[in-house]
Amino acid sequence: MGVTTVVLAGVGGQGTILAGDVLAKVAVAEGHDVKLSEVHGMAQRGGSVDTVVRFGDEVHSPVVDPGMADHLIAFEIIEGARALAYLRPDGRLVVNRRMVAPLPVLIGDAPAPGGLEDALYAEGAIFLDAEALACQAGSPRSANVVLLGAASYGLPFAAETWTRVIEGRVPPATVEANLRAFALGRDACAEGVCAL
Amino acid sequence: MARTLMSGNEAVARGAWEAGVRIGVGYPGTPSTEVLENLVRYEDVHCEWAPNEKVAAEVAGGVSLGGARALVTMKHVGLNVAADALYTQAYTGVTGGLVYLVADDPGMHSSQNEQDTRNHAAAAHVPLLEPSDSTEAREFVKRAFEISETYDIPVIVRMTTRVSHGKSLVEAGERVTSPVTPYASQPPKYVMMPGNARVRRIDLESRLMSLVALAESAPENRMEMRDTTLGIVTSGIAYQYVREALPDASVLKLGIINPLPESLVLEFSSRVDRIAVVEELDPYLTVRLRALGIELVETGLPPMGELSPVTISGAFGGAAPAVRERIPDLPPRPPLLCPGCPHRGVFHGLAKMRAIVTGDIGCYTLAALPPLKAMDSCVCMGASIGMAHGLELAGSAERPVVAVIGDSTFAHSGLTGLLHMAYAGGAGTVVVLDNRTTAMTGHQGNPVSGIACDGSPTPAVDLEALCTALGAASVRTVDPHDLAGTLAVLKEETAAGHLSVIIAKAPCALIVKEQKDPFAVDEELCTKCGACIRLGCPAISADADGRAVIDTAICVGCGQCVQVCRFDAIVQVGPSCDIGGV
Repeated sequence: MGVTTVVLAGVGGQGTILAGDVLAKVAVAEGHDVKLSEVHGMAQRGGSVDTVVRFGDEVHSPVVDPGMADHLIAFEIIEGARALAYLRPDGRLVVNRRMVAPLPVLIGDAPAPGGLEDALYAEGAIFLDAEALACQAGSPRSANVVLLGAASYGLPFAAETWTRVIEGRVPPATVEANLRAFALGRDACAEGVCAL
Repeated sequence: MARTLMSGNEAVARGAWEAGVRIGVGYPGTPSTEVLENLVRYEDVHCEWAPNEKVAAEVAGGVSLGGARALVTMKHVGLNVAADALYTQAYTGVTGGLVYLVADDPGMHSSQNEQDTRNHAAAAHVPLLEPSDSTEAREFVKRAFEISETYDIPVIVRMTTRVSHGKSLVEAGERVTSPVTPYASQPPKYVMMPGNARVRRIDLESRLMSLVALAESAPENRMEMRDTTLGIVTSGIAYQYVREALPDASVLKLGIINPLPESLVLEFSSRVDRIAVVEELDPYLTVRLRALGIELVETGLPPMGELSPVTISGAFGGAAPAVRERIPDLPPRPPLLCPGCPHRGVFHGLAKMRAIVTGDIGCYTLAALPPLKAMDSCVCMGASIGMAHGLELAGSAERPVVAVIGDSTFAHSGLTGLLHMAYAGGAGTVVVLDNRTTAMTGHQGNPVSGIACDGSPTPAVDLEALCTALGAASVRTVDPHDLAGTLAVLKEETAAGHLSVIIAKAPCALIVKEQKDPFAVDEELCTKCGACIRLGCPAISADADGRAVIDTAICVGCGQCVQVCRFDAIVQVGPSCDIGGV
């Protein structure tokens, strides 16, 4: 099997690093060679944050070039649009509808971008409202796991492996909520209700 | 043992522990910080955050002198600070193994410059090993301790951001016991006065000759012969990119970069038709291979920033992948000061009084960005104070000059700047942003916060007494969340004709435990004046009509915005389940 590349794009503080860690551990549990790349430090202070997970028989590079990712999971819609360049033309795109306005927009230095849903829909995106599903699952902070659930539908891993890894990775008190969040994200895509 | 996923920094800590390291010491700096944070969790290892890298290197040197193995950690710019120790430690050599873990940041993800630590190794005459993933990070650190003790020399292990923060599978091993060598006084080896140093300089040369022999035969330097029409000499993360970009090419993979195994390089060169170097940052290997008379393929790869598989395959004629068209007009998303950040209160005041602000290294450097735009310079750790003094000497500043420096940065390199300002008769104003932690790198303890590397309490310096002792005529502590009070003190002290230190003391918003209720905007009272927006708080935005809106999901209730609203339109509300966003 060749190498599969997943990019998780979001805003510092949205939980992309934990989600990337869960995905990487799932791939390890299913016997893949895995590499993961993330950036710490200044970018984490509310800046754009990309985490890359790559798995397959033998993975060399931990980073991805534009046009080379198989999956893009966008935790935020502007970051999804920005990271779209990474996704290969027939890649799979899952986008959280939430928009977190960057500071230039908040202070009126830049206009809020319009038409992103349409633009991403034209690129083949499936959408969901991860925060709403996370609240439904019982923990607003589990939106990242909702998105993993949604993306899991297109990834070659067994549901039991996801469950086992999530159980071992999230705070014990939040296991139930996170498992519900994962299931809600997965079901949303399975039923096609996340389409625009 | 099963293979587990580890970052390069976790693997370094694991390797050091397995090598029997007794002491870890360093100064936090991205991307090196997590090495010590992981090492401190192992049993039988004592770790310390030092106020700066030079002190860390000296502590590690003392541990080595005492016969135990020491790991000292820092980012690339930290080695400039520690270089004074390193360059002479190369002469003295070691007793217990001494390993420098130095992490470079190509592309400057979280740094003020790009530096290539390989140059320091060559200049200091010390060996440098460079791992390309977590597996090698663990192995190379263990190997570095062996080399250090066998060859009587400190050893650098050079990481880069992608190796430090990339995760890959590691098969961990067990800890070896490394007995502490009983102390024996050896002045000719350790007292580097000229007479002794001249002897050790000659000895260093002979140690380096032995190290060349090691590099020629070490398994860390290996030829991978495949198609011999093209051979690539590479190391570190660039090796991984080359394997992906040019899977058929033969590769000379160098793990020991200094000293260079020249015979091995020449042999590899003779076995391939064309030879090229692929390396990140400076043309370090390139100039050395050219000096050996090797004719290299011109790759055109840039001597700055990060490489990638596609950049490398493109340099050798590979086709670029098809890329989707970019969605135009996306607003940039620079990093920003958090909601409730105490620094905002100080910079709001400095912006209001149009001060010239010489800044420093930390989260607060972000105050240079709009809307605060309240910083004029940021160069290196501690530079704010010396530069403020120099700016006054230049005589061109017609607005108040204020040096702004964080608590950890002040302990790192600010003390000597303040001492100088006092000694030189300066009458400047220095603001110490004391947020009780080293925030930018992930909340490490420091001498001001009084929290040790393992999280336990430790003596905290009395910052006011310290500044007074260094020569400040006035030392005043303010609460930066009190905007009017902070501004008043800033105005008074910049107008006073004496050297003053203002300590803006309030904990980083990310370490505050107690939850305060968020604020919200009363739509009827808001006049759309924009005063709260100009604070640059990510919780505050304007709606389509220009009316202020507070995202109650991320507001932490610091209350700074309440103080800038002249219409009492901002009121505290109960906790909310509102998701927020626009």
